[in-house]
Amino acid sequence: MMYYSRLRLLGVAGICLIGVLLCLPNFLSAPAPSLPWRQIHLGLDLRGGSYLLLQLDLKSLEHDRLQSLQDQARQTLLNKSLGYRDFVRDDASASLSFAPRSDAERDAAFRAMQSLPPAVPDEFAASEKDGRIVLTLQHDAMLARAREAVAQSIEIVRRRIDATGAIDPSIAREGDDRIVVELPGVSDPERIKNLLGTTARLTFRLLAPNPSVASPGSTMLEDESVHAQIAVQDHVDVDGTDLTNAGAVIDQQSGGWAVTFQLNSAGATAFANVTRANVGKRFAIVLDNKVIEAPNIISPITAGSGQITGGFDARSASDLALLLRAGALPAPLSVVEQRTIGPSLGAASIHAGIISLLTGLLLVIAFMVLFYGRFGLYADIALFANLILMVAILSLFQATLTLPGMAGMLLTLGMAVDANILINERIREEVKRGRGPLQALQAGFDRATGTIVDSNATAFLAHVMLFVFGTGPVRNFALTITIGIVTTLFTTLLLSRLLVVRWYALARPKELPV
Amino acid sequence: MLSRPLFRFVRDDQRINFMRGRHMGLIVSAVLSIASIILFFQPGLKLGLDFRGGIIVEAQTPGPADFSKLRAALDHAGIHPDAVQAFGSPRDVRISINAPEGADREAQTQKLVDGVKSAISAAEPGTQVLRADAVGASVSSELFRDGLLALGFSLAMILIYIWVRFEREFAISAVVTLVLDLTKTVGFLAITRFEFDLVMVAALLTILGYSTNDKVVVYDRIRENLRKYRTMPLRELLDLSINETLNRTLGTSMTVFLAALPLALFGGSTLTGFATVMLFGIVVGTSSSIFIAAPLLLLMGEKRLRKETEAG
Repeated sequence: MMYYSRLRLLGVAGICLIGVLLCLPNFLSAPAPSLPWRQIHLGLDLRGGSYLLLQLDLKSLEHDRLQSLQDQARQTLLNKSLGYRDFVRDDASASLSFAPRSDAERDAAFRAMQSLPPAVPDEFAASEKDGRIVLTLQHDAMLARAREAVAQSIEIVRRRIDATGAIDPSIAREGDDRIVVELPGVSDPERIKNLLGTTARLTFRLLAPNPSVASPGSTMLEDESVHAQIAVQDHVDVDGTDLTNAGAVIDQQSGGWAVTFQLNSAGATAFANVTRANVGKRFAIVLDNKVIEAPNIISPITAGSGQITGGFDARSASDLALLLRAGALPAPLSVVEQRTIGPSLGAASIHAGIISLLTGLLLVIAFMVLFYGRFGLYADIALFANLILMVAILSLFQATLTLPGMAGMLLTLGMAVDANILINERIREEVKRGRGPLQALQAGFDRATGTIVDSNATAFLAHVMLFVFGTGPVRNFALTITIGIVTTLFTTLLLSRLLVVRWYALARPKELPV
Repeated sequence: MLSRPLFRFVRDDQRINFMRGRHMGLIVSAVLSIASIILFFQPGLKLGLDFRGGIIVEAQTPGPADFSKLRAALDHAGIHPDAVQAFGSPRDVRISINAPEGADREAQTQKLVDGVKSAISAAEPGTQVLRADAVGASVSSELFRDGLLALGFSLAMILIYIWVRFEREFAISAVVTLVLDLTKTVGFLAITRFEFDLVMVAALLTILGYSTNDKVVVYDRIRENLRKYRTMPLRELLDLSINETLNRTLGTSMTVFLAALPLALFGGSTLTGFATVMLFGIVVGTSSSIFIAAPLLLLMGEKRLRKETEAG
């Protein structure tokens, strides 16, 4: 096809122009009003910053659910006057089991268990084994529950990070039970790691009648204010979900730091009732299974507000207030991967990337002119257009560019001229076979096209696989190469061909420069 | 200068008898690949942080780094690093610790990285942390699995693609050649002691993509010539096809080589290993198209390919 219609000509030129326009925001500092302003984001390896991969503790989620399911099951059996013996909870197999009081009650008890309301569909299955009734949490349902918990956690993580003043953080789900946090510019993520690693479940509970030994219905917990074990009742009187506000203040009496809190009306009522009924006794303020303090109840607390004094300093008091305001996580999160790049290394990487990109580009450009003459020059023009289009597409999607991504761009440019080389060699062969310039061009383009598509398709497949299975910077590398293959097909099959065709139409050479 | 090319790799009428050296090529390739497999087991690959788990902290001290002082400071903090090394300038220190063992290892890993940072900042005030990475054991094994899956699926996709677009002999000899290429690259990794991490998997996949591309171009010409010269013996036909595409094969490998070269020279610690392995892969991938993929095709398809085209 040696004739380019006006429409096709305008189309190719138009796409290149749009490409240039889309690239511009990356090089201008101030956004122009009323224009869509989309830039490439620099990855953390270029910008400096921290990457944290958080893992939701699925076991703890299961443990909590087993505990509440056990309460539900007991209550249901009690309501139906069905007896049971030996009710055990097994965290390892995520199951509960009990023996019915008698064989006569077995079916009724089994039906009662089957009719327990699940929190998510098909949450647990009831079965019978060795005369015992077994309730087992289903893995798929727990994963669904984990996905919910991750969604809730992302909100809370965002609130906590926003409160630290980190700029432009990105928080996203990964897989079923993980969260990726990216903190540009944060080169010391220790405080944020600590904040995110705290579940911040605050509960108010009474101490056991004898606080020095555990009795049924109570658990020994570490009392951090006196560094001793203390027995605290399992029953929670008021918990942190009823908090409306919290703040760090200086305690008027002691002069140390303290955290004040306000409860909503339900919490305030519950708090008033408990404190009224237990004047003179001690209650414990428990954060994540650790007792912060266990003061005496001197008089009923009816205002719905209070103060925690637990040996805080300014930092720990404001962090606790921050955590309480942001809310508790549905399950503990732990950091399983951390990557921090300091600002100086990031700047060095940008420098290294740009130097490599320019040097590589120059070498390829020189090679093409020396080995392919005029058509090599056209290939070089197409190469520039290719680079611009890659940057344009990355900007359009507001994609992230990492150092491996820059390597991907450069390798794409090295591979891109392969299409031009194929076409040129083909044209040359056709000339050697004695065809005239026009026929040689025509045959060269037509025959090379199939080869170009085949050879790019396999590279495309390999990098799509890398994109699917890769993570982080490697994924970015695969993305730039995949985009690069698409832009390469455009610039070589349409643009450089157009340049050759226009040149031929204007110059009408007797001999081709191949 | 523009009127005709200044340089060519080989003359257009060059006819090198590549197939004469086919047994030599296959034997050399097999020996190198077997040696690479031995190297893969002994001494083995040096796993990078991604796949091994653990901690790497890279820091720059204000003056020349005092290693004994840093070791003492770490020791004092109860941290026993597996290596405290210099890298780059005399001010640059790299501290690496393998993933701790035990039940609480994920949390331990994360605690250690903060401990290392504070210990060295205390020992050498004004120290800048360039990089601090901590990868938990569960994450590293997943990353390793995903890396292998990416490689495996890529090979499978390439096999299917070539099978569909060409014929069975082409697909099988391409994949066998690719596997031989990959083993040699793995052997190169084992010798050079570059760390094998996710970026290296990306390098292997890029080599895979490049090498396949190279083979597809040669195969494409073989297929075309099979139709064009119906009576030419396969051996001659393969030689002809390789010679006809030789300028293109060398040209493309040259441009990719030129693109990867600056990455190896100026790319910094992240990319030097990646790009060096790429350069090796380009050389291996280019030569295997000529010396391995085509001879394999000759071995497998001597009767079948010729007969089929005669029939069709």
